[in-house]
Amino acid sequence: MTTPTRQGDWSADVLDAMTARRISAVCTIPDGGLTRLLNLVKVDNTMRLVTLTTEEEGIGIVTGLWLGGTRAMVAMQSSGVGNCINAIGYPSTLRAPLLMLVTMRGQWGEFNPWQVPMGQATRPVLESMGVRCFPVDAAAEVGETFAAAADMAFNGHQSTAVLIGQRIVGAKGFGQQ
Amino acid sequence: MTTPPEIAVRGSNKISRRALVAELLQRRAGALIVPGLGSATWDCFAAGDSPEYLYSWGGMGLAVPTALGLALAQPKRRVLALTGDGEIMMGIGSLAVVADQAPENLAILVLDNESFGETGRQIGLTSHKTDLLAVARGFGIGNTLLTTTQADVAILADFLFHKPGPSLAVAKIALSEDPWALPEKDGAAIARRFQGAIGVASSN
Repeated sequence: MTTPTRQGDWSADVLDAMTARRISAVCTIPDGGLTRLLNLVKVDNTMRLVTLTTEEEGIGIVTGLWLGGTRAMVAMQSSGVGNCINAIGYPSTLRAPLLMLVTMRGQWGEFNPWQVPMGQATRPVLESMGVRCFPVDAAAEVGETFAAAADMAFNGHQSTAVLIGQRIVGAKGFGQQ
Repeated sequence: MTTPPEIAVRGSNKISRRALVAELLQRRAGALIVPGLGSATWDCFAAGDSPEYLYSWGGMGLAVPTALGLALAQPKRRVLALTGDGEIMMGIGSLAVVADQAPENLAILVLDNESFGETGRQIGLTSHKTDLLAVARGFGIGNTLLTTTQADVAILADFLFHKPGPSLAVAKIALSEDPWALPEKDGAAIARRFQGAIGVASSN
């Protein structure tokens, strides 16, 4: 199933795809690139926003939600992927779905060298833990990419991650660009 | 200056974990149990198998997050995270998330032997300065209880299974060597059996 896009408003496209799939909770450590999506989730009374202290908690929470019959996902910046490594083995051992939405840093025009090591390692680290990665670099393609990753997670009982390229979310410059 | 009561009880870990867990589970009144990896899982299985126990052999630090997710998805069921001091310390920040989400049907019991019992009895951080009850209160979990004797099991069970949550109790258990009691370790089999017992389709 493809999702119609809203003129590049990828956050709204993701929310539509979530609603269509009964994905009703987002566990997150916020990222600048996730601001609009998290705000949409927060004001949607069919959605639950769960603020974490570290991203791996989200892996446990979405697994518990799924065991109880509720679909959910974890949303984070690429640096947060490093915090999740051991936890990712938990849903995969239970053969539970895991859906991650990751906004990339350290990638496209990054000005902050501290973001580069984990940003560059995000995809290989996820793949080494068995997570199927769906990188996307065009805003108009985020909705359908997210939908495909979500269907593979919940219908195919896989761990999947949508990697939203820094080309989409922008390279923060703090005035240095 | 008086010593806070929770300080005075350090080193008072004398309860037999197997006996406490067995008696507690007899009083669980239909609560779903999320035991942490290792000893807490062995304790539950030793007390008598149930499909309503989500046994764990891994994922240290995830017992409370998993129980939180389950409690949010199943608001009509009481959920107990039953875990050790080392396990909960690894995911201690999740207590802030529990307090924030505030599910009334979630309780947490820490079996605190002040040691890493499973790996060679190395001394744990709760044997020195860290006070889990004060930590829980600081994170915003106001309902806390300390248990230092098996005689209080009825009070503990009422607190965990009937009083409003979210709540956290600490039971001071002895370091012990108990017979192995190892349940199923295929995670997919454990998850499917658990979902079947609570009426959730695995294709949800």
